[in-house]
Amino acid sequence: MISGTLLNQATEYENRADPYPIYAELRKTPVALQDDGVYAVSTYWEIRSLLADPRISSDIRNRDPRLGGPMITEDEANLPPSFIRLDPPEHDRLRCLAGRPFGPPHTPRRIHAMHAELARMIAELIDRFHGSNQVDIVEDFAYPFPVAVICKLLGVPHQDEHLFHDWTEKIVNALDPNPEEGPLERQRVAQQARLDLGGYLTGLVEEHRLAPGEDLLSALTVEHGPDGGMSPVEVIVTAVLLLIAGHETTVNLITNGMLTLLRNPEILRRLRDDPDLAVPLVEELLRFEPPVQLLPQRTCLADIDVAGTVIPKGAPIWLVLGAGNRDPRRFQDPDRFDPDRRDNEHLGFGSGVHYCFGAPLARLEAQLALAALARRLANPELVYDPPVYRRNPVLRGPRHLHVTFDTLVA
Amino acid sequence: MVTEGSVAEFNRNGRVVVVGASLAGLRAAEALRDEGFAGTLIMIGDERLQPYDRPPLSKQVLLGRTSADRTLLPRRRAINAEWRLGVPAAGLDLSRHRVRLADGREVGFDRLLIATGARARPWPREAEAELDGVFVLRSVGDAAKLERRLAAKPHRVLVVGAGFTGCEVASACRARGIEVTVAERGPAPLVGALGGVVGAVAAELQRKNGVDLRCNITVTELEGDLGGRLKRAHLSDGTVLDVDVAVIALGALRNTEWLTGSGLAAGPRGIACDAGCRAFDVHGIVTDDVFVAGDVARAPHPLFGYQFLSLEHWGNAVSQAETAAHNMVRSGLDRRPHLWVPAFWSAQFGVNIKSVGVPPMGEELLVTQGALAEHRFAAVYGYQGRVIAAVTFDHGRWIDFYSRQIESAAPFPPEFVGVDRRADGMRPVPADFPDPALPTHGPTVTVSGYAPNERRLTFTPART
Amino acid sequence: MRIVVDLNRCQGYAQCAFLAPDVFVLHGQEALMYDPGADEALAEQVARAAAACPVQAILVERGEGAREPVGAVGGHGH
Ligand SMILES: Cc1cc2nc3c(=O)[nH]c(=O)nc-3n(C[C@H](O)[C@H](O)[C@H](O)COP(=O)(O)OP(=O)(O)OC[C@H]3O[C@@H](n4cnc5c(N)ncnc54)[C@H](O)[C@@H]3O)c2cc1C
Ligand code: HEM
Ligand code: SF4
Repeated sequence: MISGTLLNQATEYENRADPYPIYAELRKTPVALQDDGVYAVSTYWEIRSLLADPRISSDIRNRDPRLGGPMITEDEANLPPSFIRLDPPEHDRLRCLAGRPFGPPHTPRRIHAMHAELARMIAELIDRFHGSNQVDIVEDFAYPFPVAVICKLLGVPHQDEHLFHDWTEKIVNALDPNPEEGPLERQRVAQQARLDLGGYLTGLVEEHRLAPGEDLLSALTVEHGPDGGMSPVEVIVTAVLLLIAGHETTVNLITNGMLTLLRNPEILRRLRDDPDLAVPLVEELLRFEPPVQLLPQRTCLADIDVAGTVIPKGAPIWLVLGAGNRDPRRFQDPDRFDPDRRDNEHLGFGSGVHYCFGAPLARLEAQLALAALARRLANPELVYDPPVYRRNPVLRGPRHLHVTFDTLVA
Repeated sequence: MVTEGSVAEFNRNGRVVVVGASLAGLRAAEALRDEGFAGTLIMIGDERLQPYDRPPLSKQVLLGRTSADRTLLPRRRAINAEWRLGVPAAGLDLSRHRVRLADGREVGFDRLLIATGARARPWPREAEAELDGVFVLRSVGDAAKLERRLAAKPHRVLVVGAGFTGCEVASACRARGIEVTVAERGPAPLVGALGGVVGAVAAELQRKNGVDLRCNITVTELEGDLGGRLKRAHLSDGTVLDVDVAVIALGALRNTEWLTGSGLAAGPRGIACDAGCRAFDVHGIVTDDVFVAGDVARAPHPLFGYQFLSLEHWGNAVSQAETAAHNMVRSGLDRRPHLWVPAFWSAQFGVNIKSVGVPPMGEELLVTQGALAEHRFAAVYGYQGRVIAAVTFDHGRWIDFYSRQIESAAPFPPEFVGVDRRADGMRPVPADFPDPALPTHGPTVTVSGYAPNERRLTFTPART
Repeated sequence: MRIVVDLNRCQGYAQCAFLAPDVFVLHGQEALMYDPGADEALAEQVARAAAACPVQAILVERGEGAREPVGAVGGHGH
């Protein structure tokens, strides 16, 4: 085993634009103990099997502080953990309740039925590019879009959407450490945003309880399944989770997508002529440039042997999805972006019981967004490459993506 | 015979005959072409339909969500074959390398794949089996007829035998609001496949969903009216039930009669073959040019003490077909064994049931995740201190983990602490399988001893 | 269309049931029921579902593509 700091290198900011060569080094030791006590797992089969291993917990309270690893200090404003940080059976109970108004078996058509609505939102955002020949795909498109979608889904009144933009930005910024700003100040701002968001949602939940609509919040508040429902606090925690988990990730998927397309003009051309290509293309994007690069949340509940290394009980485990997705033992020619790739069982949305809850929505959003951008921007070009990245090594993506184009196609 | 040196020539110009044009036969044919076989490929099947998928027949089709004739299997690739559908193979001449068809014609081969699968075990009293309202379920035709009858809202359906198929039929009936009685000779549904502890959960599911479940009971007589329509069923405890439909779900019989006298080790429990899918002859000597795959095969499995397993598993048919095809176009060390860990699924009463390994070998059982009482759990079976099988109810995302536990001969009881391990998961209990000498209906994995030659074993015919 | 799902691989992620609700339906929390002979008109939905399946368990054959005529019963013996 190499004890080392490869993972630190991979997460260092100067390597943000291209962490993949370091991941390739990392994969030489499928389970690598880092100097800070973290076990980094970087090979496809090992990651995939750990994600379905009942001896692995998502609940940070199972960590043994003596084994090191950065403790995640993100304060949920004294709220109980959301289901992404819980293990079964609590996880299953809450996820199942959250799923009732969101998808099958109870509400199978919700996401499918959003097709036209999503297309309309996308068209409106792109229409606003009129009168200019340069846009920032992040600020002008990828950022506002998912917030609008989740607000619509949750039942946040249109006029309050800007509040959500603001809070999400502040909370997400705390996850994206910028050394220029004091960390305490940033934490404080984020903390305040969480409180404000929580307070706002408390009011909203009450409104929806009195006058329920067709939205998720109403359903979570008033509709109870055979085994009971969520408590008001659980509704709020879950709503915050949906907002945060689905935001930065989707922004990065769309932005990484546009970046990758502009780097592969022939594929961009194919997409323009055949919007159906967006379907396999988004899957390949989730493999090639996954918005969630690693899962830093897992802890071992027992001593377990992974690829010849024993990870001790209580030890922190990082599952490096971005490295597993380019494992040559699983994917042929892994560093090639190939939307025609078959058998693409990527790890972009994780695997096992925590598999991304919002994946069907994220897929539709990205497919429709990329197909529309490809069709409507005539002769798009990157202003600079590589773009400036966000600091965050986990939710990796460009901070801005400036693109020029000749005209806007109707 | 295809000799080592002539494999290349065989692959260019050889003749492969596949008997049994269903799941295993089709997937083998596709794999043969994938492996580069460019010779003549002949598909012989007694059903007139192109290969179709059976699992939906007892699920989606009986639920009325799709119709039986919409189950044709998608192709993985074109196979460029000659199809001989609608005529059964009636004999095999090993020395002359010929298959004889029921219409008297003969088809020669260089290599043969036998994939004749199994058929539903009929109701043993022929006159009663002929009554209008008595059904079995194996083919598209069976399913279409039964579905039509269910759509006509029968007064009460009797399901004879609570193996997987029987349970799925009962589930479909309840979903359609039809009254149903299940009669099972064992102490619980699925007991032969999963043991008494899990069988008790299956029984709870049935009762919760309004099935009139009767265990430790046999059906002694099906009674018709003057018009030959089913009227009543008589049970071994003296009860008489008014029923207008009876579904006989007493397990399957291997389609091997056509091989009687051929010199192959073929019998009621299947055709014995080696781990590379080559058939054994009656002397226990492996043949060179005859291969077997799917429900009709019984093959030794290294993970389970090299005992011969007969599997009625969809996944086994696919995987064994691929191995057989691979080995048909190769010789010697290039061949590979069929090492698939048995895996099976069933859907009934809205619950997804999965199993891996060979549960009937299990002596003890331990619930590792969730709880039996919630009908959501994962449990492992132990045999001589190791994990030999696992079952999940609505816990399918964990099943791969257990599959690896079996492959790595992990110790039983499992020492590990895992998420959602409950109080009843701390202590193993007897898995509670019935005496194997008294097989119940529908264990889908059967451990069938060591000897390749079926005829040296005493065969215990299953009764009703 | 012809569809088959390898339900040994399927882990009930329901991506298919979200994206092609006219073809794939969950019965309970994870038991998948689908229409193996879905109409060609649903091809777009089905393509989305098949691509999204995290374990690539969905096999689809569209139209007449890979199909071949099924020869008459019988044929010539050898
Ligand atoms: C209703 C039902 C539900 C099922 N559900 C599940 C499930 O949920 N999960 C699961 O894992 N498995 C399930 N199975 C089992 C699965 O379908 C079988 O394992 C699979 O079909 C085996 O494929 P095979 O090709 O080996 O055999 P078969 O499908 O039995 O095919 C054999 C073919 O050979 C033909 N044939 C027989 N004799 C001759 C002859 N002499 N000449 C020419 N042709 C001949 C037969 O007519 C048939 O077409 C189910 C089966 C049924 C019937
Ligand atoms: C491209 C976009 C997205 C990506 C790449 C992504 C990725 C992921 C990943 C990798 C996980 C697994 C986390 C873990 O195992 O610890 C996850 C979980 C989750 N995601 Fe997403 N996600 C995206 C969009 C969304 C959206 C739009 C939503 C909400 C509508 C959402 C909600 C969630 C939730 C609630 C979880 C927790 C699931 C659980 O713990 O059971 N995600 N996501
Ligand atoms: S998407 Fe795949 S794994 Fe999920 S339910 Fe459908 S077939 Fe099963």
